[in-house]
Amino acid sequence: MKRFALTGICFLLLAALMAGSTYAASINTSTGWNMPPGVTDVSREVYSLHMTIFWICVAISVVVFGAMFWSLFAYRKSKGAKSAHFHENTTVEVIWTAIPLVILIVMAVPATATLKKMYDTSNAEIDILVTGYQWRWRYEYLGEDVSFFSNMSTPRDQIQGLEEKGDNYLVEVDEPMVVPLGKKVRILLTANDVIHAWWVPDLAVKKDAIPGFINESWFLVNEPGIYRGQCAELCGRDHGFMPIEVKAVPQEEYDAWLASRRDAAVAEAAGADREWTMDELMERGAGVYNTYCAACHQPEGQGLPPVFPALAGVGMSVDPEQRAEHIAMVAYGKTGTAMPAFGDTLSPAEVASVITYERNAWGNDTGDMVQPSEIRDLLGK
Amino acid sequence: MTSQYYVPPTSKWPIIAVIVVGCTALGAGSLMTYGSGLPFLLIGLAGIAFVMYGWFRDVINESMGGLYDMQMDRSFRQGMGWFIFSEVMFFAAFFGALFYIRVFALPWLDGEGAKGVTALLWPDFTASWPLMNTPDPSIGGPDAVINPWTLPLINTILLVTSSVTLTIAHHALKEGNRAKLKNWLIGTIALGLVFLVIQGIEYVEAWTQLGLTLQSGIYGSTFFLLTGFHGLHVTIGAIVLIVLLFRVMKGHFTADNHFAFEAGAWYWHFVDVVWIGLFLFVYVF
Amino acid sequence: MTPETTQSVSQHSVSDVASGHDAHAHGHAPTGLMRWLLTTNHKEIGTLYMLFSLLMLFIGGTMALVIRAELFQPGLQYVQPEFFNQMTTMHGLIMVFGAIMPAFVGLANWMIPLQVGAPDMALPRLNNFSFWLLPVAFTTLLATLFMEGGGPNFGWTFYAPLSTTYAPPSTNFFILSIHLAGISSILGAINIIATILNLRTPGMRLMDMSLFVWTWLITAFLLIAVMPVLAGVVTMMLLDINFGTSFFDAAGGGDPVLFQHLFWFFGHPEVYIMILPAFGIVSLIVPAFARKRLFGYASMVYATASIAILSFVVWAHHMFTVGLPLTAELFFMYSTMLIAVPTGVKVFNWIATLFRGSISFETPMLFSLGFIVMFTIGGLSGVMLAIVPADFQYHDTYFVVAHFHYVLVPGALFAIMAAAYYWMPKWTGHYANETLGKWHFWLSVIGVNLTFFPMHFSGLAGMPRRIPDYALQFADFNMLSSIGGFLFGFSQLIFVWVVIKAVRGGVKAPAKAWEGAEGLEWAVPSPAPLHTFDTPPEFVPERDSPSRHSDH
Ligand code: HEA
Ligand code: HEA
Ligand code: HEC
Ligand code: CUA
Ligand SMILES: [Cu+2]
Repeated sequence: MKRFALTGICFLLLAALMAGSTYAASINTSTGWNMPPGVTDVSREVYSLHMTIFWICVAISVVVFGAMFWSLFAYRKSKGAKSAHFHENTTVEVIWTAIPLVILIVMAVPATATLKKMYDTSNAEIDILVTGYQWRWRYEYLGEDVSFFSNMSTPRDQIQGLEEKGDNYLVEVDEPMVVPLGKKVRILLTANDVIHAWWVPDLAVKKDAIPGFINESWFLVNEPGIYRGQCAELCGRDHGFMPIEVKAVPQEEYDAWLASRRDAAVAEAAGADREWTMDELMERGAGVYNTYCAACHQPEGQGLPPVFPALAGVGMSVDPEQRAEHIAMVAYGKTGTAMPAFGDTLSPAEVASVITYERNAWGNDTGDMVQPSEIRDLLGK
Repeated sequence: MTSQYYVPPTSKWPIIAVIVVGCTALGAGSLMTYGSGLPFLLIGLAGIAFVMYGWFRDVINESMGGLYDMQMDRSFRQGMGWFIFSEVMFFAAFFGALFYIRVFALPWLDGEGAKGVTALLWPDFTASWPLMNTPDPSIGGPDAVINPWTLPLINTILLVTSSVTLTIAHHALKEGNRAKLKNWLIGTIALGLVFLVIQGIEYVEAWTQLGLTLQSGIYGSTFFLLTGFHGLHVTIGAIVLIVLLFRVMKGHFTADNHFAFEAGAWYWHFVDVVWIGLFLFVYVF
Repeated sequence: MTPETTQSVSQHSVSDVASGHDAHAHGHAPTGLMRWLLTTNHKEIGTLYMLFSLLMLFIGGTMALVIRAELFQPGLQYVQPEFFNQMTTMHGLIMVFGAIMPAFVGLANWMIPLQVGAPDMALPRLNNFSFWLLPVAFTTLLATLFMEGGGPNFGWTFYAPLSTTYAPPSTNFFILSIHLAGISSILGAINIIATILNLRTPGMRLMDMSLFVWTWLITAFLLIAVMPVLAGVVTMMLLDINFGTSFFDAAGGGDPVLFQHLFWFFGHPEVYIMILPAFGIVSLIVPAFARKRLFGYASMVYATASIAILSFVVWAHHMFTVGLPLTAELFFMYSTMLIAVPTGVKVFNWIATLFRGSISFETPMLFSLGFIVMFTIGGLSGVMLAIVPADFQYHDTYFVVAHFHYVLVPGALFAIMAAAYYWMPKWTGHYANETLGKWHFWLSVIGVNLTFFPMHFSGLAGMPRRIPDYALQFADFNMLSSIGGFLFGFSQLIFVWVVIKAVRGGVKAPAKAWEGAEGLEWAVPSPAPLHTFDTPPEFVPERDSPSRHSDH
């Protein structure tokens, strides 16, 4: 009958569309249709596991939908089909209970093996403590005296559509995590505020960063390159804007990088030994503010009440009496709220300059200056 | 079936119930959020009491008027049974939380088990139960906890006894011995009320002398969560028993038709069983 | 069904009552708004539930369209991230608790008493209370959007501490609205169980009940078992927020992951709450239009029960990345995979029912067939998600979003649509317009696949969920999804039109509206009068049971 034919064609078209695109997905892995095979042994194993279960599912669909569409076609009432009377059959029911069970076992065996491998964090050569913050990552190379924040570097103007979007739009950072090739890297994951998740598809690592607890994971990269990922657990407003960049480099380059990192830290600390001018503090402070504070308190200090208070024109930032409270707020944060402690993660120069900036920007004009040395002495660094 | 299942006509009680429950929720919400709204909360609570009175009065009148049959009785029984099951699951969630904290979370924080690396974050923390020192000392644990073999033991005895007395009262009802019924019911209520008073004393002591509060880390949190919701249920149960007592005094219930009494009794036994769990896992072990 | 069973049915139609001519023994009936506020009638309450859920579908759907509009292109176009998160959260909450669940409860209200031959629900006044709690709960929930700091913005799964320490002030109201909706569900479920267990017409044993009744019996059990757990966990949130407890805060000895365990102990059975009644509906419609008895009635019942039981021990498959111990990961992987077996039994039984039938393709059948195909697609991606190492890559990406929309939209929602077309003659006395129904179906099928199929690809390629903006390589798929979303959404307006048309007129339906349909509901006239089965109808298992051995 014509109507059925039309219906059938619609269904077939749809099925063809879906089958076609899935097939395309399976052959073309570079254009972003499918899971990337990645650059570690584990990631390739995960990829092949994924493809195995995917093809099993395709095969099941073909059989199941095949039987179904054939029945729909063959037993149309419009073609005079008369219905049969059977309504149970123990043998076939046992068969179609048993076969799926077998298929599932076939899937579970390699899955178990791969999972065990992924859970084996022993014998790592490098330990990195990764801490999620709203909304940035912090990497601390344990035993190396190196630690730093990693912030998204995509300019806000690109996001607002005022500027053309770059190639790595939203997946680029100011300071990537750098690791040496061929070394087993163990990451220890935690968070400072809410739950985040550290995910780099090419490494097949996705693990939650949970405040107060530590999770472990590991990877070993053999191919040099930059591998990008994103935070994968809803963590508040800028969850979509906390990317990850892992840069895998040869050992010598890694060592050099570590050294340069240490030198930079020493130079930064030295900043607290000298007197800064207002202009210096304001310039540095603006940079720090926009990187670390603007996400909550907004670029113009207007805040997002009632959760994120305004700093422009109100509160401790304009109150000459509350200079000490202001310093304490930034240095120690406020537990039970989103306001993090910056004293032990930013340098004294950064803390001092951002407080100075807040007390003088956006018409706050208190004229107060906070010197890095003051912060250093306060925190006993 | 020859008898007809009773289908009530339209009723104003459910919608009034919705209004007062909504009023309570709104009042509670704005009280917690904005610090005002107490009048709403109180009106709502009073309204709930009023609705219960009116709605149940209708039901009682229908029941006394002979409108119900055995099938209706079964509906009520099943309804009450499943309701108690839902309460069991409510407490199960809290017990589950308690066990999870004790078996998994605290050892991990202390460096044992699958997530032992966590101890890196809390180098000075040692797990114990009751948890006297929290991972972050600024939260602060309790100074001491309640000794199970003092007031809690008395309370256990009280509640278990009250289940027995209630059963005796029930048997008296089935035998048609009204005086005995009344006395044992009064006894049960008295035991329940004494339990509540003792629980109150214990709370005051915990809060003011032992430093055991809602804020004193996970021990205080689970302690007050479990005992608090249990206490709330004892209170409700006691109110139910008091209502039953009034009905007994008015001559309600017959030896073989007294569903409301049984429902109240089931509820009371359920509250009792929960207490045994509490006594064991909150106080003793 | 034989005509004898219709004898005892009283003959007042809905319109009699509306105009105040109810001759029924209960005296003067209120009219207008009061009639709906005070009603204790299962059909009227069922109607209220259905209309409420339709309204919620459009509100939740409009939010989905805000999401899709924002994701049409990379960059922030229409909304800011803060509001986007509120849309995602509210969309999920409203669809789950406001659209899908009430729709099934509405169907239960309408059809269970008719299918078991009961005069009404077991506890009719409680039934009214259950329903009217919902508008209060959802008005409160929606009102949070207008409070200072905005509404819930932490996802429908509201993980602590984002939903406690870091949540907007309106969260208290969110929690209370969950409490209200939860009370509504629990009381509704109690009522349904009591009706099924206690009000069946004499002679109807459990294994004589229609599969819709069976699946609802099991669903109601799930509801009573898990809604209190949800109530418990939101109560703990309330305490953490307002009273300084430390349940989800390691600093005081708690654990944020505890929240997730409790939530998913509720949450996973919850997703089966949204699919089991759908299985029931499809198990009625497929035999009706294949004109052949359901294959394997008993195994359908056992399969449903197995799914329900298993659903209590699989919850942590939503938490594979939280860092569970290896043994736990393995246990939850295996138990989750096992669910494919009973679910497979159901799919195979439906196909065996079609096999050698005499099949016609009216709109209810089309939606049911669409259900079988697309639910299976969603189920298969579910099995992929259950494979832990692979889930490490899939988790919290659009692959998951694709999975659950396949089981929920062309799954649960299509089954609801199928049920609406199937029972429309019983409700209104008129068949739904076939032509419009077909348009509705085909536009929906195309729209739904265009929306959700590309999400598999964007997810696999690495697009996280719950983000307002994305990297450039995901642009093409998102554009397709957005176009599909709008096509699907606006196609649902056809349904509204169909309903209005059927209420106002159309092809008149006889008592038994479909040639192949079975069940007591077809013994009462169409439209079903306000009061049915004042005395229990006759039920002869050998003749009327869906599990009978002989065919007549
Ligand atoms: C109606 C709702 C519904 C249903 C029915 C299902 C069904 C299933 N779901 Fe799904 N699921 C959700 C709703 C649902 N889900 C939602 C809402 C989420 C996300 C929540 C959130 O995070 O917001 C989710 C997330 C989710 C996850 C977590 C993903 C993640 O976050 O990382 C997992 C992981 O295991 C999963 C698995 C499954 C499985 C195995 C089934 C099985 O029941 C499917 C069984 C069916 C079949 C398998 C098809 C038919 C069978 C055959 C034809 C037999 C042969 C088959 C084989 C041998 C394989 N689901
Ligand atoms: C339960 C059922 C259900 C249903 C039916 C739907 C329906 C839809 N969903 Fe939803 N969805 C969820 C449950 C559901 N969803 C859940 C649980 C989540 C997770 C939330 C979370 O992450 O926390 C989610 C998340 C989710 C996301 C991911 C958001 C994110 O991660 O940020 C997206 C993105 O595209 C999406 C899209 C859609 C679309 C396009 C539809 C379409 O089917 C909608 C169709 C639209 C309509 C039916 C409305 C039509 C409106 C009009 C035509 C306007 C006319 C207006 C009037 C007449 C007033 N959904
Ligand atoms: C993740 C969100 C977040 C970030 C990032 C953040 N803050 Fe805050 N901040 C808050 C919150 C929330 C409060 C309110 C705390 C309270 O309730 O008192 C706050 C309060 C403050 C206050 C006190 C305001 C007043 O007048 O009471 C100051 C000053 C402040 N922050 C400075 C900063 C500085 C400087 C930075 C960056 C170096 C920063 N904040 C980064 C969330 C944040
Ligand atoms: Cu951090 Cu999402
Ligand atoms: Cu699940």
